[in-house]
Amino acid sequence: MKMLRHVAALILFALPAHAAVDIKQVTSPGGITAWLVEEHEIPFTALEIRFQGGTSLDAHGKRGAVNLMTATLEEGTGEMDAQGFANARDSLAASYRFEAGTDSVAVSARFLSENRDQAVDLLRQALVAPSFEQSAVDRVKGQVQSILQSDAQDPNAIAARIFDTETFGDHPYATSGNGTADSVAALTRDDLVAAHKAAITRERIYVSAVGDISEAELGKLLDDLLGDLPETGAALPDAAPWNIKGGVTVHDFPTPQSVVYFGHQGIKRDDPDFFPAYVLSEILGGGRFTARLMDELRGKRGLTYGAYAYLAPMDHAELLVGRFATANATVGQAIDVVREQWSKLATEGVTQAELDATKTYLTGSYPLRFDSNAAIANILVGMQMEGLPIDYALTRNEKVEAVTLDDVRRVAARVLRPDDLHFVVVGQPEGLEQ
Amino acid sequence: MPTRLPALLALSLTAAPALAQDVTDFTLENGMEVVVIEDHRAPVVTNMVWYRTGSADEPPGESGIAHFLEHLMFQGTNTMEPGEFSSTVDAQGGSDNAFTSYDYTAYFQRVAADRLDLMLSMEADRMRNLTLSEDIVANERNVVLEERSQRVDSDPSSIFSEQQRAAQFLNSPYGIPIIGWRAEMEQMDRDDALRFYRTYYAPNNAVLVVAGDVTPDAVLEMAKKHFGKLEPSDLPVRLRPQEPPQLSERRMEYADPRVAQPYVMRSYLAPERNPGDQQKAAALTVLAEYLGGSPTTSVLARALQFGPDAPAVYTSAYYDGTAVDQTTFNLAVVPRPGLSLDDAEAAMDAALDQFLKGGIDPEAFARIMTQVRAGEIYARDDSDGLARRYGAALAVGLTVEDERDWPQVLQSVTPEQVMEAAREVFDKRRAVTGHLLQEEAAE
Repeated sequence: MKMLRHVAALILFALPAHAAVDIKQVTSPGGITAWLVEEHEIPFTALEIRFQGGTSLDAHGKRGAVNLMTATLEEGTGEMDAQGFANARDSLAASYRFEAGTDSVAVSARFLSENRDQAVDLLRQALVAPSFEQSAVDRVKGQVQSILQSDAQDPNAIAARIFDTETFGDHPYATSGNGTADSVAALTRDDLVAAHKAAITRERIYVSAVGDISEAELGKLLDDLLGDLPETGAALPDAAPWNIKGGVTVHDFPTPQSVVYFGHQGIKRDDPDFFPAYVLSEILGGGRFTARLMDELRGKRGLTYGAYAYLAPMDHAELLVGRFATANATVGQAIDVVREQWSKLATEGVTQAELDATKTYLTGSYPLRFDSNAAIANILVGMQMEGLPIDYALTRNEKVEAVTLDDVRRVAARVLRPDDLHFVVVGQPEGLEQ
Repeated sequence: MPTRLPALLALSLTAAPALAQDVTDFTLENGMEVVVIEDHRAPVVTNMVWYRTGSADEPPGESGIAHFLEHLMFQGTNTMEPGEFSSTVDAQGGSDNAFTSYDYTAYFQRVAADRLDLMLSMEADRMRNLTLSEDIVANERNVVLEERSQRVDSDPSSIFSEQQRAAQFLNSPYGIPIIGWRAEMEQMDRDDALRFYRTYYAPNNAVLVVAGDVTPDAVLEMAKKHFGKLEPSDLPVRLRPQEPPQLSERRMEYADPRVAQPYVMRSYLAPERNPGDQQKAAALTVLAEYLGGSPTTSVLARALQFGPDAPAVYTSAYYDGTAVDQTTFNLAVVPRPGLSLDDAEAAMDAALDQFLKGGIDPEAFARIMTQVRAGEIYARDDSDGLARRYGAALAVGLTVEDERDWPQVLQSVTPEQVMEAAREVFDKRRAVTGHLLQEEAAE
């Protein structure tokens, strides 16, 4: 029997040392790697698994297959039908969540120490050998169709969909990962089996565990749970095109308040300018009342309940997007304010006071995220997916601190392009030229 | 320290003692209550100040003023500039926000544990020293009107729920929306806000809840230093208009072209948790779980969502008994495409009838109890959530003991009590049944 291999990296925050989060890398005898924080105070474990690829792995003409497959994982395995599976899970007081995202399928589990082996084995059956029994597929399809119908009438979903459709051409990003009414209706059980083979594999898997579990126990768990999955799956799609140009698109929708979704191309997560851009986006569009958009649109003018903009670096495209909602009569005014702030930041940069306050906020708030087993497990799996080193938590605040006023000015001029901003307005805006 | 759980073995179904949480409470001389929930795993703290006042305490004709005041509480005091409260929290790397409900208004910050003293000093300051300019009030009124547009007027399901609640309560202020009716919101002014503030914002009407990496002694010391010096107020007695006997079933329809997914929602008037008397509310909590808690195994899911011509795509049951006055027990059914809401409602009623006749399956009941018990273990991973539980309970007049006992009360519920609660609450004379419909464009 192979010995359990592991490397440990001690992560200590700048804040009080007794809160050290000790992140260890564990590699199972079978070669599966995970990041672990042992925390034995509460007798349960939070486990996060990501299968990179997600709904972007949908085969041509099978949009929605990965999503429907993921949603049907918990609907029966082996001798158990959907109710049998739910009963078994509930008897163990375990919980499993399966979610298909644009770039990954996420599995989140939590289980008690006292019946860990049974809870993991039940999860294994769902992941490795789901039944995809026809009546379960049909039932879940009905639920997905219901979500699609709701999205079709939800101004926020409509706005984002229009933006993506105009932006991403024939890339999967252009359409909803849930599929369309027609594509979902056409999906068969065979399509789900194929999507399962394509998306749930060991090829691009990331795992983290936080809680009442040792390195050796986690090593065994990884092999028990994931060892039977196929080695490889479908190839990832290519980079997405960026087709949308600056301008305004209005989608008529009967509502007193318009939703405005806007943006242009952003910056990659591994770009050397990412940190200055991140600090910039926080100053521009963060949720704090002092952020530019929030202050100008809400604080100074009372035009909206909230306005945000943020960087969204995805696997195959990078966005800088934002949103707000305002009365139909004030859409034009609000869009002018956004454009004006965009230009102002691009030409003038930010003030030293804004930069200092934002850095203090970002560095001070970072350690506060590590406040529960569930939260830490999420953070650790996210770090791995972004390709960050295991000691990233130690160096992240230094990277924020290192951002200078000149960096922000330079990156603002590069990243913020007011003429490229495209606004999608869903509502009945008054006096707005398209 | 949390008991290191021999009780865990008791996940089998014998009655087990409630899992201990590290909860300490005391009362300052001016009447302010303080609750400390210890969780030393991370150097983080949640600080919450709960006021025992919400939208149900508003004067007639001033709906929305409690929530409006919540917004204005960030707009400056004698010594703090407008917005300085939040920017000070930001500068500590913290986050802060607030929320208003029918029975309470709460303000909270999440910060590094060694910044707690500063948070308490600022909360004590705005409890007594709020100043507001007319300009700020006018601007913020626009913000809350936009908030209403976003939360309610842009969302047909929210409009529908608002109308349904208004029909449910014949006399209780619970029938008035928290955010307010638009016409009354438009009239809210500085004097209204300050009057509400002076009436209800006082140490003897507040509960401080601190959860995280703190000790009770340290919190007590800081609380005394900052809040201890504040004079208590003469508070109005919290006696609200009560519901008369509800004798007539109500039915309503709301049609809106923006509706994507029609559904049936029924609310029944239902009793709330009361100090030392939580058994009935506990039975209703278990009933909601049993009827609609699981999308796969609950009574409604099994009856309506499975089989070849299953009438429903989704079903749910909801009840939260943490309230001052009588509250509601809600059921919802989203029909499969093509099935009318009348038929969906009939199927729901048939399932309820069958449940009332057939009683409770002991195995399914046992599984719910297993989860209730495990829920207390998982809850310890979320000190923020625990702070909210205790804060809400105390704000509606329950005691720390009531909240501490609550998991145990839930676990002591018997199938007979659940059936009895169901028979009592499922009385259509005290119910409103609503149909949310898609308005055809042609009409």
